[in-house]
Amino acid sequence: MEALDESQLREGVDRETVETVQSMAGTYKHGWETEIEMEFAPKGLNEDIIRLISEKNNEPEWMLDWRLAAYRRWLTMESPDWAMLNIPMIDYQDQYYYAKPKSMVDKPKSLDDVDPKLLETYAKLGIPLKEQAILAGVEGAGEERKVAVDAVFDSVSVGTTFRKELEAAGVIFCSISEAVQEHPELVKKYLGSVVPQNDNYFAALNSAVFSDGSFVYIPAGVKCPMELSTYFRINAENTGQFERTLIIAEKGSHVSYLEGCTAPKRDTHQLHAAVVEIVVLEDAEVKYSTVQNWYPGDENGKGGIYNFVTKRADCREARAKVMWTQVETGSAITWKYPSCILRGDDSQGEFYSIAIANNWQQADTGTKMVHLGKNTRSRIVSKGISAGHAQNTYRGLVSMHPKARDSRNYTQCDSLLIGDKCGAHTVPYIEVRNASSRVEHEATTSKVDDDQLFYCRSRGMDEEEAVALVVNGFCKEVLQELPMEFAMEAQALVAISLEGSVG
Amino acid sequence: MMPRAKLAQQKRDAVSALLDGRSLPAGGAWATKARKAAEARLRDMGLPVRRDEYWRYTDPRRLTEATVQPGQLHPQGDDAPVFDAIDRVKLVFVDGVFDPAASDAPELAGVEITPLAEAARTDLHWARDLYGTLEARSQNPVQRPLASLNTSYATEGMLIRVTGVAARPVALIYQRKNEAAEAMTHHLIRLEQGAELTILEDGPVAARYNQVMEVDLGEGAVLNHVRTQGRDHERAGVTHLFAQLDAQAQLKSFTLSANGALTRNEAVIWLDGADGAAHIAGATVGDGAFHHDDTVFINHAAPRCDSRQVFKKVLRHGAVGVFQGKILVDQVAQLTDGYQISQSLLLDENAQFLAKPELEIYADDVKCSHGSTSGEIDQSQLFYLRARGLPEDQAKLLLVLAFLSEALEEIADPALADDLRDKMEAWLKRRG
Repeated sequence: MEALDESQLREGVDRETVETVQSMAGTYKHGWETEIEMEFAPKGLNEDIIRLISEKNNEPEWMLDWRLAAYRRWLTMESPDWAMLNIPMIDYQDQYYYAKPKSMVDKPKSLDDVDPKLLETYAKLGIPLKEQAILAGVEGAGEERKVAVDAVFDSVSVGTTFRKELEAAGVIFCSISEAVQEHPELVKKYLGSVVPQNDNYFAALNSAVFSDGSFVYIPAGVKCPMELSTYFRINAENTGQFERTLIIAEKGSHVSYLEGCTAPKRDTHQLHAAVVEIVVLEDAEVKYSTVQNWYPGDENGKGGIYNFVTKRADCREARAKVMWTQVETGSAITWKYPSCILRGDDSQGEFYSIAIANNWQQADTGTKMVHLGKNTRSRIVSKGISAGHAQNTYRGLVSMHPKARDSRNYTQCDSLLIGDKCGAHTVPYIEVRNASSRVEHEATTSKVDDDQLFYCRSRGMDEEEAVALVVNGFCKEVLQELPMEFAMEAQALVAISLEGSVG
Repeated sequence: MMPRAKLAQQKRDAVSALLDGRSLPAGGAWATKARKAAEARLRDMGLPVRRDEYWRYTDPRRLTEATVQPGQLHPQGDDAPVFDAIDRVKLVFVDGVFDPAASDAPELAGVEITPLAEAARTDLHWARDLYGTLEARSQNPVQRPLASLNTSYATEGMLIRVTGVAARPVALIYQRKNEAAEAMTHHLIRLEQGAELTILEDGPVAARYNQVMEVDLGEGAVLNHVRTQGRDHERAGVTHLFAQLDAQAQLKSFTLSANGALTRNEAVIWLDGADGAAHIAGATVGDGAFHHDDTVFINHAAPRCDSRQVFKKVLRHGAVGVFQGKILVDQVAQLTDGYQISQSLLLDENAQFLAKPELEIYADDVKCSHGSTSGEIDQSQLFYLRARGLPEDQAKLLLVLAFLSEALEEIADPALADDLRDKMEAWLKRRG
C-alpha cells in the first residue's frame, strides 16, 4: 500500500480509516482465480460468433434472429459519451464472448461429477457445501435454507437450487438459456419488452451476445416462498460477461431477488455488460437487491471490470411496485442506472443506493423514475462515498409526464468525500410536465461532519468509534432497505471500505 | 440517431452558411484581433442544436436561424419602466444601438464610460485585455457558440471601468422600435481594486437579441447587477454574463423576467481569488407561449468562497421554465460554501418545469448543497388564507408573491427590491 502523505489526512478522518479505504482494492477478497478447464469460443465479435453462442445454447431460430437483429443495430450505434467517465477505447474484437467450464458441457449427475475446482470456487464465494451439493443437483440437501441460488460462471449458469420446491409453488427460476427452451412463449413475449434491443449501445451488445443469466416467473397471486439469488462470477481471462436477467411478476405476486458478483484480480480490464428486465403487473411487488463487488482494479488503477449495465423495471399495471437496492463497491468503471417505468396508476418505484469508489475507480450511477400513470410515487435515496483518486457521480432522471397527475417524487443524494484527490458529483435531471405532481430534490456534499464527531466524542467515544458511527449513519438509510441475506454482506463490504479500521 | 461526427460537421456547416457573405466589423487592432479569434472559435464549434446536452431543454433554433422572426411591438406604456425613481446615469440603446441623444452624459466620478463602437475604432484601449477573453474562457467545458458569435460581430455595447465607489448606478436602458430588428450588444465592466458599482438593465432590447457582458472584478470590488426583462411577448434572446472575481470581490446579480417567447440567460462565474462571493438569482413570471431558461455555471477556483443561486419561477398557461445550474469546486477550493435552490410553482396543468441542478466537486472540506422543487400552490396554505376571508384570487396572489419574494431578498439594495416587487405584482395582476 502507498505511504500516506500527511497532507491527505484531515481532521475528523483518522489515519486508519483513510488507510483502510486506500487499501480496499488491496484487500479484495474475491480476487482469486479458479483454474478450470474452459471451453472458449474464438475471440472477437461477428455474426458467426453469435451463431455459435446460439448453437451452444441450443436455441431456436427466432432467438438467433433476435440476436442478429440486435447485433446489426449495435454496429450502427456509438458508445455513449455523456457519463462523467473516462472510458479507454475498448477493443470489442479482443474479447471472448463465450466461455464455459468444460465439466459443465454435460450436466453433472452428482457432486462427484462436478469439477472439484468449481466446488472450491463456491466455497470461496461463501456458498456452503450443502448448497454446493444442491447446485450440483444432489437432492435432499439443505432443506432448511430459504434462498434459492442460481450461479452464473463466466458465460453459463452452472446450476440452480431449490427448483423442485419453487416449482411446487408455480415459480419458475432457471437460467435464461433453459427458459428459452422450456418456456419460449414467456421469453418471446417479454424479452426486450422493457429494454429494447436498440435501447443503448451496451444493451444492444448484450442482446446480441448474452450467453446466460437468470429467468424468474412468479405466477399470479404467488408470494415466492423464498428469496431468489444469483451469483455472477467472471473467471476466465479476456472474457466478457453478458448476462441477461428477466423477471416477470404476474398480478398480485411478490418476489425478492438478490444478485451478487465477483471476479478474479487481473491486470487487464474485463468487460461486463448486463441487462436486467423486470415486468411487474397489477398489485405485484418486486424487490431487487444487488451487491456489486466486481474486481475494482488495484491501488494504481490497473485492471478491474468495466461494468456497463442496463436495468429497468416496468410497472405495467396499477399498484405495481418495484424497489431497487444496490451496494456498488466494485468495478473499475460503473455505468449503471436501474430505472422504473411507472406506467400503471398508483404504481411505485424506489431506489436505494450506496456507491463507494476508491483508488482510481469511476462510478456514474443513479436511476430514472419515469412517471406515466396517475398518482404514481417514487423515492430515491443515494449515498455516494469517494476516496483516493476516485470519481463518483450520481446521475438521475425524474420525469413527470402530463398524464401522471398527482404524482410524487422525493430524491435525496448525499456525497461524502474522503481526501482531496477524489471527486463527488451530482447530475439530476428533473422534468415536470404537470402541475399537480410534486417533485422534491435535495443533494448535499460534505466531509465527515465535525459537529457530529464532536458530539460523539464529547460523549466519551474515541475518534475511531465516532467516525464509524457517523459514516455508518450516512449509509444506514440504504443499508436498512437490504434484505437480511444481503445486509450482512453489504455491511461487511462497507466495513472493509470505511469502518474496518474501527474497533 | 445521427453519428456524432456527422452532427458536428452539420453544426459547422450551419455556421458557414450563417456567416456566408458577412464580414467582420471594421475596427482597430485589438478589436479586429479579438473578433477574428472569436469567429475562429465559432467556426470550430458550429451552431448549437437541440441535441447538444447543453441545449437539452431549450431549442436554440430561433436564436440561430438566418432570419429574425418579427415580433409585434408592445404597446407603449403597457410596461412602465422600472427604476424611474432611482437617481442613475441612463445609457439608452434603441434596437440595440446606443443613442447618445436619449442618454445622460456619461459622467460619473471614478467611472469611465465609452461606447464599444467608439473604443473599437482605436488601436489602444483598456478593453483590449478583456474583450472576448472571458467569453473564450467560458468555452470550456461547455461550448457557447452564440457568445462567440456575439464577440465577433457585436458593434454596440458599453465599456465601463470603475476606479472608485460610484455614487450613482449606471443604467442600461433598452428600447425597441423596430418589429424585426436584431441586436447584438457586448458590454465590458471592469472594477479595479476596491471599486463599487451598481448596474441596472431594463427594457425589451429587440425582436431578437444576443448579449454578452464580461465582468472583471479586482480585489475587494463590489458589483451589484439588477436586471428586468419585461413584458414583450414575442422577443427571443440570449444573454451571457461572464464574470471573474479576484480575492474578496463580490458579485450580486438578479434578474426579474416576464413573458418573452424565448429567453435564455446564461451566467458563468469564476471565483478566482480567496474569500470571494457570487450570488446569482432570478424570479420569473411566465405566461402562455413563454420559454425561460436560466443556465448558471459557478466555478470555485479558490478557497473560502461563497456562492448562492436562488431561482424562482411561477408558470401558467403553457409556460415552460428551465433551470440548469452547476457548482464546480476545484481541488484547491477548500472551505467552499456553495448553495443552490431552484423552485417552480405551476399554476395550471399546462406549465412545465425542467431542471438540471448539478454539483461537481473535487475538494473534500466543502459545504455544497442544492435543492429543487416543483409543485402547485399548497392547498392547505390556500385554505388558511381563504378561511380568513380572502377571496381565492387574492389568496393565490399573496402566496405567489411570497414564493417569489425569497428570490428578491437576494437584491442588496432594498429600494431596488421594492421597485421590483411592485413590478412583479403588477404583472401578476394582469393575468397574461
